[in-house]
Amino acid sequence: MSVQVARSIDAVLDHLSSVSEATLLAGGTDLMVEINFGRARPPDVVAIDRLDELKSLQRNGRVRMGALVTYTRMLDEDPGSLALREAARTVGSPQIRNAGTIGGNLGTCSPAGDTLPVLAALDATVVLRSRAGERRVRFIEFMTGPKRSVRRADELVTAAEWDEAGPAQTFMKVGTRNAMVIAVAGLALVVDRVRHRVGIGIGSCGPTILGAPDAERFATGMFDEAGWERPSWPSEAARTEFGRLVASAARPIDDVRGTAAYRRQVLSVMGARAIARVAELT
Amino acid sequence: MKLTVNGEERSADVVDHESLLTVLRERLGLPGSKNACEQGECGSCSVFLDGELVCACLVLGAATEGRTVETVEGLSHDDELSPVQRAFVEAGAVQCGFCTPGLIVAAHALLRENPEPSDYEVREALSGNICRCTGYGKILEAVQRSSAAMYRR
Repeated sequence: MSVQVARSIDAVLDHLSSVSEATLLAGGTDLMVEINFGRARPPDVVAIDRLDELKSLQRNGRVRMGALVTYTRMLDEDPGSLALREAARTVGSPQIRNAGTIGGNLGTCSPAGDTLPVLAALDATVVLRSRAGERRVRFIEFMTGPKRSVRRADELVTAAEWDEAGPAQTFMKVGTRNAMVIAVAGLALVVDRVRHRVGIGIGSCGPTILGAPDAERFATGMFDEAGWERPSWPSEAARTEFGRLVASAARPIDDVRGTAAYRRQVLSVMGARAIARVAELT
Repeated sequence: MKLTVNGEERSADVVDHESLLTVLRERLGLPGSKNACEQGECGSCSVFLDGELVCACLVLGAATEGRTVETVEGLSHDDELSPVQRAFVEAGAVQCGFCTPGLIVAAHALLRENPEPSDYEVREALSGNICRCTGYGKILEAVQRSSAAMYRR
């Protein structure tokens, strides 16, 4: 195992293009666990944690969040998405939030990555760079399976981008306790009252982060009727139906953290609560 | 590899896959940071890395060349305990003692940013530190005592 500390993005891209498979190290909260337990001995590690160019957070109607923005910074600085802030708040502990990054969440690409349902609901774009140049991929096309993405071995995730969608958004997560918990199920809901768009992202309930197109259509109809600009109070029947449609989009499995049936139940409850919460927010 | 630990420049021969925690404990003779879960769950290895509270077990040692680390050993001076350490002793917040160094470091991190934390803020700040003796009541009390001692309120 060799370790290099990268001093520039170009140096990382050169390195990635010259070896068959290098492992990128950002906050270390995923990779170091694998190394400590002897489950991984990556031959070629490139530590990218000092690349200041990847630490910027820009907002101007559209957010560009550098790959090395940590969960702590999502809480301390306004990251241009309330749901992302709520998701960051549920990650690990202060120690983990100081180290873990959005780029690391994208690089690992776990179905349980807490920021990822939010990126799906925001219809965010992942920015990838290689020696051949830069390309942008919609997040929902970026993730292809558990810990798999369309990122090529010669590419570095440099940022995530999205349009600011206003205050009507939320993230919810169910786990076995409050701190230090990997989600049994996670849900992000974004209602863009200006663009008349509903976005949903479901986490930990399938091989990838999932959307819920039927639930999105149902909610779009609700807001068409109630008025997009005004707060509204969906009926119990509407909330329940929305939750049912969210749960029906899931493809959960039984695993160590919970059963498929429990995950569906949790999603339907979170869906009903999320639509009620968000409909009030203007 | 060279790095600054508790204000001193130190050098260490580091095996590539070792964590900063192993480097501190086994290469630099600083066993105050404890090794327990090795997955960032327990907080026993909490240190400051360039001023940020992190789990040393999740930091790759070889990637810390040139960086600045502060461990629990750096919080007391000569024989004088820090106000947080003194408060832990006075409040009886130490049972088996294994989690204590990590909690002391995490409490320092909190009080540096927030001199007068509410009970809720203390709980939140220590949420990454596990005490298997479950002596949390005394620990919370000790942090409040330290805040009072450090900022005379």
